[in-house]
Amino acid sequence: MLDKRMTVDDIVGQLSDGMTIGIGGWATRRKPMALIRAIARSNLKDLTLMAGYGGMDIGMLAATGKIRKLVFAFASLDHFPLEPHFRNARQAGAFEVLELDEGMYHWGLRAGAMKLPFLPTRVGIGTDIINQSGFDFKFVKSPYEDGEEFVAMPALVPDVALIHAHRSDERGNLLNLSVDPIFDELLVRAAGKSYATVEKIVTTAELDMKKNSRYNLVERTMINGVAEAPLGAHPSSAAPDYQLDLKHIKTYVESAASPEAWAEYKAKFIDVSEADYQTAIGGEEAVKQLPVPIY
Amino acid sequence: MTQNSYSLAELVIAACAEVWRDNGEVMATGIGPLPRIGAGLAKLSFSPAIQTTDGEVWYTSEPVGPGKRNSEPEYEGIANYDRVFSALWSGRRHALVGPVQIDRFGQANISVIGDHKKPKAAMLGARGFPGNSISHPNSFFFPNHNKRAFVEGEVDFVCMAGYNPARYRNGQPPKGLDLRRIITNLCVMDFGGPDHQIRVISLHPGVTFEEVQDNTGFPLAKIADEIPVTPAPTAEQLELIAKIDPNNVRATVFKDNPAGDRRAA
Repeated sequence: MLDKRMTVDDIVGQLSDGMTIGIGGWATRRKPMALIRAIARSNLKDLTLMAGYGGMDIGMLAATGKIRKLVFAFASLDHFPLEPHFRNARQAGAFEVLELDEGMYHWGLRAGAMKLPFLPTRVGIGTDIINQSGFDFKFVKSPYEDGEEFVAMPALVPDVALIHAHRSDERGNLLNLSVDPIFDELLVRAAGKSYATVEKIVTTAELDMKKNSRYNLVERTMINGVAEAPLGAHPSSAAPDYQLDLKHIKTYVESAASPEAWAEYKAKFIDVSEADYQTAIGGEEAVKQLPVPIY
Repeated sequence: MTQNSYSLAELVIAACAEVWRDNGEVMATGIGPLPRIGAGLAKLSFSPAIQTTDGEVWYTSEPVGPGKRNSEPEYEGIANYDRVFSALWSGRRHALVGPVQIDRFGQANISVIGDHKKPKAAMLGARGFPGNSISHPNSFFFPNHNKRAFVEGEVDFVCMAGYNPARYRNGQPPKGLDLRRIITNLCVMDFGGPDHQIRVISLHPGVTFEEVQDNTGFPLAKIADEIPVTPAPTAEQLELIAKIDPNNVRATVFKDNPAGDRRAA
């Protein structure tokens, strides 16, 4: 019987120093935060983080000194537009960056997913994105009559992809019940290995795949392991199961004000077990009742 | 409130709406309260075909203003992330965005102030600005027209491409580059001067060209010797604005919510 169940710590145990790790989700939506917290607690170092659509994943790993290089298009907490821990680290020159356009990042994942070395795009032309010292962007000319010149966006190929989804069976058949799956599928396809945390591991029958086919993120052959992590996206959202926690995000934002404030946040919310974390945030009941945010 | 009384925010909203006039059936994205209400105003009046979102992921039948809602809007389509890129790369979008800096070429920045490796101020990151800029029409809103926003040289990190020949390997920007208007707390401008020079096309009531020029880091062109005054919102437009923005978020954008005609204050 195929059984890919793991724990969050098992997944983090698969990571090693210097790895390139791709993170799914978007800003405050479906970030694999249980995994991020576990990485923040670990001894891992010198990571290259690919977090194109970044939020607290970038901020928390920046604040705990895990990042050697960041590949991203933005870091934002959406309702709080600026990610304060990311800002602090950037302004201290704490890590190298490769800054991309959101669509270029998507294009790079798509190239990775298609096992192509690059995909052509106009995006980046005329901007400083293609003038960064961290990467020597090349150009490619259309072989057809138009002869147009494009940026050759290189494939983004993380060693490991980490995503959060809603349901899985023990074989790694996933359901991502979000209205918007973002680019988690491409990230998984681009990565060497992929691990998912899910709100709940259920039986294959309970996935009700015939009804939920559109939510089946990717075929299970692409998923190396699944860990049940209820509230594992908190404080980002895993709608429809629960919404983002604006009050907690505010506490997190305020924790960037001073080293003492960060130490306090870290002691209370990161250097604890997931069970204690859930108690600290008011438990499942409180999280399930979080209001739908206004955009 | 007399019939002719309107706030600066309402004047700006009406000017923002104008960017979507005669755009056809496109996705209209207004970032920030005033551009967003402006898109709604365009949709409810002269550009009913434009498609606007709830600010998250849904296209809605009626424009959705900022802040709390009394009821769930009617959804007419989905603007999931993948589809947003498909739509914007097709060119069927006109975005009105609020960068931190802009320069004489229309190059705009939301990434960093200072050196990119170790910035004085790290902001968002480039987001989708590079792709937007060369794919579809773009306009801009600046709540504070000053030399920190309208910089003297080039912006610190070019996130949005502009009309700067030196930035293109063949001297020509991609065909999709189409910068339309800049709306500020002082005036409305376009890129209609010689070689796309930024040009003042209307001054808000009581504002002079000299004041605008003094607050801009590069020389501006004029549409005419006598620059027109930015049209005041009509009574009908003010009603629609109030309908789109029942929470009056527009009153919080400018400090003390000043009058649209500063001479009336």
